[in-house]
Amino acid sequence: MGRYIAKRVVLLIIIIFFVSVASFFLVHLLPGNPVDTILGPNATPANTLIVNHELGLDKPLWEQYFIWISHVFQGNLGQSYTTHQTTSNIIGQSFPIDVELIIGSQLLAFAVAFPMAMSASRRPNGLFDQVANSTTFGMLALPPFVIAPVLVLLFAVHWHVFPGPASYVPLTQNLWTNLHAILLPSIVLAMGSIVVYFRLLRNDLIATLQEDFITMARSKGLTDRRIMWRHALRPSSVSLLASAGVTIGSLIAGTFVVELLLQMPGLGYQLIFSVNQDDYTVVQGITLVVAVAIVLINFLFDFLFTVVDPRIARE
Amino acid sequence: MTPLLEVDDLHVSFATPRGAVRAVQGVSLSLEQGTTLGIVGESGSGKTVLSRAIMGLLPRHSATQTGSVRYQGNEILNAPNDELRQLWGTHIAMVFQDPMTSLNPVLRIGRQITETLRIHLDLTKSEAKETALSLLMQVGIPSPVERFNAYPGQLSGGMRQRVMIAIALACAPNLLMADEPTTGLDVTVQAQILDLLSTLQHERQMAMILVTHDLGVVATRADEIIVMYAGNVVERAPTNVLFTQMSMPYTEALLGSMPRISYPSHTRLLSIDGRPPDLLSPPAGCPFAPRCPYAQGKCHREKPTLVEGAVPGHSYACWFPLPIREKAATS
Repeated sequence: MGRYIAKRVVLLIIIIFFVSVASFFLVHLLPGNPVDTILGPNATPANTLIVNHELGLDKPLWEQYFIWISHVFQGNLGQSYTTHQTTSNIIGQSFPIDVELIIGSQLLAFAVAFPMAMSASRRPNGLFDQVANSTTFGMLALPPFVIAPVLVLLFAVHWHVFPGPASYVPLTQNLWTNLHAILLPSIVLAMGSIVVYFRLLRNDLIATLQEDFITMARSKGLTDRRIMWRHALRPSSVSLLASAGVTIGSLIAGTFVVELLLQMPGLGYQLIFSVNQDDYTVVQGITLVVAVAIVLINFLFDFLFTVVDPRIARE
Repeated sequence: MTPLLEVDDLHVSFATPRGAVRAVQGVSLSLEQGTTLGIVGESGSGKTVLSRAIMGLLPRHSATQTGSVRYQGNEILNAPNDELRQLWGTHIAMVFQDPMTSLNPVLRIGRQITETLRIHLDLTKSEAKETALSLLMQVGIPSPVERFNAYPGQLSGGMRQRVMIAIALACAPNLLMADEPTTGLDVTVQAQILDLLSTLQHERQMAMILVTHDLGVVATRADEIIVMYAGNVVERAPTNVLFTQMSMPYTEALLGSMPRISYPSHTRLLSIDGRPPDLLSPPAGCPFAPRCPYAQGKCHREKPTLVEGAVPGHSYACWFPLPIREKAATS
């Protein structure tokens, strides 16, 4: 166990280094020039040269990388050329939205998928199983950009159950308003996860429930409920966990569609906005933060695997 | 006095897309407290299904069970799961065939033992742990304190089977069902496990049903033996009678296919030609007739029923029983 984690930590540090290199150089490969954006109509060749020099853009790229990364270590991610906000500030405002959307949508997805899969696997191909299977299959066919406007129309415009777009306020400002605003987009995002989690868990549970150790557990006189929770659930949830890791990673800065439709400026929203502005310091900063977050989440899930199935740490 | 377990005309069939598979066809037996019954037969003879049907572990939706199984005089065949759960673990326990797959791979073995102790016997956590440690000691596991926190994957096959026995014995059952408890193990470990089972059985005055394909396993350990073939009991006798006066050619063939140390090396292993019949459409006559060296016309046409032999307690299903032999076949 200790060895397993130590190996992962070393790997983590190496990966984060490569990620920082990649997020720096890939951003510099992008077409477009921030100097043009900054100068706008004043972009004479002479002015361009001056600004280029001021920003250090005339230095070799590798030197620029080291300047940037040493600033990053000091907690300085630079500032936007367009809004003049610091990148850390932008991230500080938008990252909580991503975190809240991820937590909200994943909690909802688990809360729906787990009981559904557990009921469905009790009687494979029974009535509940068939209904659940076809319902989730239908949900699979509905992307967020379809679900989001429909839910907004029904719940915000028609019934006024949820606030409409652009009603997000930070958690610290008003807890209730914040949660209320986060719920609708969370539902939209949960839809996709429910389908995947339900199917994975259902299939694995059905397979696990046929294992010898389940018959053994029955012969010990345990209740079905205990067998399900104690004996079947953990060995069945490895693929679900793997999928949750990937899903959560992809949701960081990956909820642009929902953020746009509901006007919540999360990381994805800010990232695409900055790309359009050639605001490369912000793009670089967000890319780095997102990449590090994804790496850390993968690390966390590698650890969770060993908690769920101790066999993994021994291999 | 009513016997501990009475099985009367038990039939089990499984619904399959191709029709009903009649896995057990009219088995009757009875078992007294403290005695051992051996159930012998090759794979597919219905012995595992029989033992699971007795315990009530077969899936309800696919298995149809008729007849009667009485435990301490109470009918338990097709009893609701809630009722059976009162017996499972505390009255009847089972040691399964494959120790590699029958323990939960993600739970520490200590947990798997204490679980029943805490639920059925209402022990506290520390009492249960103490009992579990003493059980591990009784089944011969060295350094039980360390093993208590091990996962099944960290133990050898023999150790795991010992853990399974510890789990089965945890709540002191009256009846232990051992379904091929040594199949997956090395020969040297097999003997240890079987001896362990016998010792514990005598200490605790348990009844035991020992299911095996190996007549050698039951020869010295069972009081009575039932030989099964294609879902039928084909011969049944007290152990010494079976080995001296076997009447059914199948029993003879089963015994003949056992390799012996006394044979010179490179002796050809005897096997029974052919395969057991398809239980979807069993033959009209004796199920063993197609493979039986002594089969005659009548064997293929009419199915023999169990008839009483000369010795009390011996019965066999054969039209042309073997002549009684002079000397014991076990030598």
